[in-house]
Amino acid sequence: MSAPVAEPLASESGWHRFVRDRAAVWSGWFLVAIAAVCFLSPWIAPYPFMAQDLAHSAMAPSAAHWLGTDLLGRDVLSRLLQGGMISLFVGLIATSVALAVGICYGVLAAEVGGRAEDAMMRFVDIVSTLPLTLIVILCTVVFGQNMPMIFLAVGGVSWLTMARIIRNQTREMKGSQFVQAAESLGQSRWGIFRRHYLPNLAGTIAVCATLTVPGVMLLEAFVSFLGLGVKAPMTSWGLMIKEGADIMEECPWLLISPSVVFALTLLSLNFLGDGLRDAFDPRSSRK
Amino acid sequence: MAYVLRRLLEMVPVLLVVVAATFFLAHAVPGGPFDKERPLPAEVKARLEQYYGLDRPLPVQLGNYVVRLAQGDLGPSIKYPGWSVREVIGSRIGVSFSLGFVALLIAVLVGVPVGVLAASRPNSWLDRVPMGFTLVGICVPSFVLGPVLALVFSLGLGWLPPCGWGSPIHYVLPACTLGLITAAPLARLTRGSLMEVRSLDYVRTARAKGVPPLRVWFVHALRNALLPVVTYLGPAAAGLVSGSFVIESLFDVPGMGRLFVTAIINRDVMLILGTTIVYAAALLFLNLAADLANAALNPKVARGR
Repeated sequence: MSAPVAEPLASESGWHRFVRDRAAVWSGWFLVAIAAVCFLSPWIAPYPFMAQDLAHSAMAPSAAHWLGTDLLGRDVLSRLLQGGMISLFVGLIATSVALAVGICYGVLAAEVGGRAEDAMMRFVDIVSTLPLTLIVILCTVVFGQNMPMIFLAVGGVSWLTMARIIRNQTREMKGSQFVQAAESLGQSRWGIFRRHYLPNLAGTIAVCATLTVPGVMLLEAFVSFLGLGVKAPMTSWGLMIKEGADIMEECPWLLISPSVVFALTLLSLNFLGDGLRDAFDPRSSRK
Repeated sequence: MAYVLRRLLEMVPVLLVVVAATFFLAHAVPGGPFDKERPLPAEVKARLEQYYGLDRPLPVQLGNYVVRLAQGDLGPSIKYPGWSVREVIGSRIGVSFSLGFVALLIAVLVGVPVGVLAASRPNSWLDRVPMGFTLVGICVPSFVLGPVLALVFSLGLGWLPPCGWGSPIHYVLPACTLGLITAAPLARLTRGSLMEVRSLDYVRTARAKGVPPLRVWFVHALRNALLPVVTYLGPAAAGLVSGSFVIESLFDVPGMGRLFVTAIINRDVMLILGTTIVYAAALLFLNLAADLANAALNPKVARGR
């Protein structure tokens, strides 16, 4: 979709196609770099993210504070890294939750078949029309604004698309010869799931997961932006953007740096997801 | 007609489940509406709770609530004494609705033409440049775009008021923020589905028959290509709803989104319930409307169900 790609050869592996997609590869490296500095931030951040220095509050970017300081004199770069750790962490864990639920639900629906399957998929349709952001906000307020709850709440509403896609793929496989062969050889349902469904779903799952992460991070940022997600003194990119937006007239750097990093991260995730899909999903690679 | 009726009936259990779920969640929110810095005398608190029916067991409260809901009564608000939730929501819903409507209008009026334009000259600059912008539009969340627009157009250039509500000019920033964010996926969707449709046999046939190209494009291709776009309007409306929470707080718009957020902060159980139900009902209706529009555009869908 992004970079012009030569017509893929039939024998070419998905990996080769992916490597040729420059935008996706660069996005991948960018994400690796961002994740590395964020997760290493306790060791490499120039200042402790909570350290206040009221004598140097609300300073514009300078040599001592590359991205400036906030109203309490905390170093923005250090906070950006720590916030990134939280945001990425939410992205990863909540996506795993969504992945687990989505795979189980999707495969189960395809396995039971018939009316139960219809009902299960109708349920997904209906739930996905509901105002899920409201539910996430309610959950975080009810069960406390702690990290595990945010993971669960955000992941708990993000599995719907995944379940739909997984169910469609499983359904197609269910009638195929290799699954019938495994059945006639007496393999158990669990064995078929583990040995046949999962490996064949792996590509789809990878693509889905990459494309779920940005949505999940966005949801966390939304909730944190409203002051109902991650709580001070911890921070996340959404919360930093909120704090920056409140005083953007006086200190625009407090808004700009988290916004740029957050948008770039989401952009890269989307590029990477698109690249993976074009490379590994034969059906969607048509022009 | 029978289909519409069935879909409407289907909504009833869904809404009931939403009511029940929200009810228990809202009541489980730690801290009650009467917990203030200075605790109320126990007697007064008991009287207040009795007045609002908060002293009864939860299932009984839920039952009463549902019965009253069926009569269109959303109960009394706790933080706005003397007001019923219906009145509070009624005073706010117009604002959110008109804002959402204008935003959706902007999204469609910008997104669809951009998509059509891009698809008409694939891989030219007419395609690349707008599609690049839409990628940015997808990745920049509304709470980033909003402050940036405000920074540029009201604080920098001084053209528009940064916040407030009352005159049409106050619509511009919030509606553009919400609208442009929604326009991005719409444009990509329009382009993608037009590209797919225009390679189909019936389009080629029409062209071969000598139908004028513009007629092929707008009458034959676009009508089919718009199907996924119309379907997407349902989810897009849901996106507008969650966007409105942020945008309304950001631009100081007295709408439903801000009402919901303050209701949560105030622990106003009745108001939380009321707003959630109104939102859920609105989204269900919008999805139904999108499905019906789809059926009107596509006879296959109409017969297939």
